[in-house]
Amino acid sequence: MAADPPSKSESTAEAKAKAEAEPEPKAEAKSEPKPKPEPKAEAKSEPKPKAKAESEYILELENVSKLFGTVIALKDVTLRLRRGEVHCLLGDNGAGKSTLIKILAGVHPPSRGTYRVDAAPVSFDSPRDALDRGIATVYQDLALVPLMSVWRNFFMGREPRRTRWGIFRVLDRPQARQIASEKLADMGIQIRDPEQAVGTMSGGERQCLAIARAIHFGARVLILDEPTAALGVKQSANVLRLIARAREKGISVIFITHNVHHAYPVGDTFTLLNRGSSMGTFKKSEITRDEVLNMMAGGQEMADLMSELGVRL
Amino acid sequence: MSDRARSDDRVRSVSRLHRVMARPEATAVAGTLLVFAIFWWFAGGSGMFALDGVMNWSVVAGYLGILAVGACLLMIAGEFDLSIGSMIGFAGMVAAILAVHLHWPVWLSMAISLACSLGLGCLNGLLVVRTGLPSFIVTLAFLFVLRGLTLAFAIIVANRTIVSGIGDLAEQDPVAKLLFVGTFGDSAFDWMAQRGWIRALDDGTPLVRGVPKVLLWWAVLAVVCSFQLTRTRFGNWIFAVGGDSNAAKNVGVPVKRVKVSLFMLTALCGWLFAMLQICDVGSAAADRGLQKEFEAVIAAVIGGCLLTGGYGSVIGACFGALIFGVVQIGITYTNINADWFRVFLGLMLLLAVLFNNQVRRRVTQAR
Repeated sequence: MAADPPSKSESTAEAKAKAEAEPEPKAEAKSEPKPKPEPKAEAKSEPKPKAKAESEYILELENVSKLFGTVIALKDVTLRLRRGEVHCLLGDNGAGKSTLIKILAGVHPPSRGTYRVDAAPVSFDSPRDALDRGIATVYQDLALVPLMSVWRNFFMGREPRRTRWGIFRVLDRPQARQIASEKLADMGIQIRDPEQAVGTMSGGERQCLAIARAIHFGARVLILDEPTAALGVKQSANVLRLIARAREKGISVIFITHNVHHAYPVGDTFTLLNRGSSMGTFKKSEITRDEVLNMMAGGQEMADLMSELGVRL
Repeated sequence: MSDRARSDDRVRSVSRLHRVMARPEATAVAGTLLVFAIFWWFAGGSGMFALDGVMNWSVVAGYLGILAVGACLLMIAGEFDLSIGSMIGFAGMVAAILAVHLHWPVWLSMAISLACSLGLGCLNGLLVVRTGLPSFIVTLAFLFVLRGLTLAFAIIVANRTIVSGIGDLAEQDPVAKLLFVGTFGDSAFDWMAQRGWIRALDDGTPLVRGVPKVLLWWAVLAVVCSFQLTRTRFGNWIFAVGGDSNAAKNVGVPVKRVKVSLFMLTALCGWLFAMLQICDVGSAAADRGLQKEFEAVIAAVIGGCLLTGGYGSVIGACFGALIFGVVQIGITYTNINADWFRVFLGLMLLLAVLFNNQVRRRVTQAR
């Protein structure tokens, strides 16, 4: 992992140059005026107008590295998420995608580098902190409990309550059932009964439930970890449609995948990871699907494989 | 809900019977009916279902029910507490020694015993959540530690393993008497006896003086815990923690707090059992509560709790305890040898687990 990857040849250098040429000046201009000390207070006092006026980026990772003992999981990765864009994070297994989202979600602090939300540096102690800032992560395991009903899952950890008989704070079950049904219906999923166990739902329906839940609880940034990995063609299309719909609502999305065919239709920007480093960030207009595919899968490796197998190009 | 249009034609409609059968307590309720039917057949005329007979088996069910309620909630949260039986001996002994040998007021002794129990429950819980060890092992260790401690403590302070005299002291203590001693609703029973509605002795006092307080405690505990489990936020957290603690953590459920507080609840249940028992029997003994941890788990499982957590009901556990009481006492009313009680119980447990697994498979399988 630590060794320099062989496939990171000229294309990477090129990519880096491109990436640095474009967004860097703007970012610098923005990060310059706010000094490092006491950023939190500043950010808290007037978050909205400042954010709107100053930063076009909602999340920024600046030269972030993450070390696990002797393993370098991430090395100097820079990632900037614009407001309202779908930013695809592509990479093969072991590229560092999971580590990156765990940093974004507040599970791990970065070993080096800065993490900024609304242009203010943050250090999250737990996923809860990230959630409070509107950064919601839908993990691959979806954080759903199969044995529990749809509405109990939907509101898990943030149950709506009402006061019964003046003293008891009880779950507001009618409201919870209704909201869960409605939000799922918005996603195009008809459930028989919000009392039905999540275990009886299909993979795509579960994915939609997890995304609907994140959106309902005020996510400004939605981080989706391989949402289409375990899904069939039709269900994947549903989830992609959902991502597009989230963007329409003004939600910024980080979409992690290793499937270019899923990423390309909905993505606005693409960041490629390989062996813990970024191979650059590209706008959709700057790159074709095949280029992405080549860089990601290591075009050289595929070409080698093909010649090995005697396939004529 | 029903007025909402359904557009997906692939979802089957579900019959009411199917829905009822899918509830976690379905097994236990069905089992209870079966058990009642059997004993009605074999022992219907033996007085088992007369008022005094009913009190006999319902008291046994009540004691176990108190434990089963705590064990059930903990089990739904995905953990076991095997130290609950030893906790009964320990809590009873602490209260009795303080009151009888150190002459402290009974209410104070009981309060200190409660504090010790809750502390131990908390320790159990913290050890489980901090170390990540299976609660089975941690509480198995405490099963022995507590039993040994109780014995050693009793020998050192009182130089005996049975401390008697606590019953009389509790009788004189207003707090203990109010909470744990004797029966409830005596005047109502007197009144009913005068009318000839219930059987009375020759001097006019009713054969059954009133409702034993253990039944009252059982009912209160069952209602409160069932309400907590099904109607409150904490209840949702219990299901979430047991169903998938990682998922629960990821959505912000305080997993550790939930688990530790449930370990404290089982300790509380053990203490309650012990207080009621020492007031009823009149003494504390170091070997009290032997094997109660297993009986509580059995009642919870018969009541529909999954061993893996995340599913179950307090009502079911209460029915599980009821089956236990009916069979254990009922068998003495029949001419069946009482040794068969354990055979029946083991088979019942096996059946319940098989059935519960079936339920889980149906609930969790994706279509």
